[in-house]
Amino acid sequence: MSHDHDHDHHPEAPSPVEARALALESLLVEKGLLTSEEVDRIVSMYEHDIGPMLGARVVARAWVDGPYKERLLADGPAAVKELGISYPDGTQLVVVENQPEVHNVIVCTLCSCYPWPVLGLPPTWYKSPPYRSRMVREPRTVLEEFDLTLPDEVAVNVWDSSSDVRYMVLPQRPQGTEGWTEEQLAGIVTRDCMIGVARPRIPAESGAR
Amino acid sequence: MSVDNSVAHLEGEAALPRKNGELVFSAPWEGRAFGLAVLLSENGAYAWNDFRERLVAEIAKGDDAYYESWLDALQSLLLAGGVVTADEVSRRADEYARLERDPVF
Repeated sequence: MSHDHDHDHHPEAPSPVEARALALESLLVEKGLLTSEEVDRIVSMYEHDIGPMLGARVVARAWVDGPYKERLLADGPAAVKELGISYPDGTQLVVVENQPEVHNVIVCTLCSCYPWPVLGLPPTWYKSPPYRSRMVREPRTVLEEFDLTLPDEVAVNVWDSSSDVRYMVLPQRPQGTEGWTEEQLAGIVTRDCMIGVARPRIPAESGAR
Repeated sequence: MSVDNSVAHLEGEAALPRKNGELVFSAPWEGRAFGLAVLLSENGAYAWNDFRERLVAEIAKGDDAYYESWLDALQSLLLAGGVVTADEVSRRADEYARLERDPVF
């Protein structure tokens, strides 16, 4: 083993816990139970996709449980906490429900206020100046750019978030999901549905458009 | 492959550390420990609930930071299942601590 101190990048010895994590991963790879690439993938997937799942779970519960939906619309933070999701004090969460003739969408015209306890971090476009200004001025046009074309008879309500009040959209449950479990339902509720720039779709039917 | 609800919604003391609703790993090994435990369960090496129960038990011992408890839970489950031996793990960890092996992450 070399103790060559001329190395520019003399590696630092891992801490005991780090060494143990390295040991476990290398042993599991050697035993053929997993590959490091699979670990990379799963870590990155959970890092990026886990945020909006909290909101999806709230939506799915509201779809199957009428009294829960009423509580959610009346007091967002309390209803979210019922599901074991932590919600910071001092910020209001207002859940706005889509109806056959009313579509809701959220924006923050001043900065990038966002219901992150239920949706995770906002997408880049949500923070972009064009989205923030145009969603208020011409919501139908912006929604069309998101591939969401609303018939004229559907009104669009744009909710401007602030540091005190955050909004989340409760989308309509799509037809054809009768008898689905809550988990199945949560699986079709995407972040964009809860921002209001998309509607939940059943995967098998979505290809046609 | 998609995010598993039973992983995402660990509750109470066992809840995953988050910031702004997203997972936080304060060092790369924490992410690796997370990934190993989730992946092994997905690959059928054990039932997720068996891991969760050990995690809750490790956290209840107090002291340790969240992902240290997580790694302890994973290691004890793998030892119990005979997937790895204690000797194997400690020898391998020593090799890493002495910089005798190239890190896998």
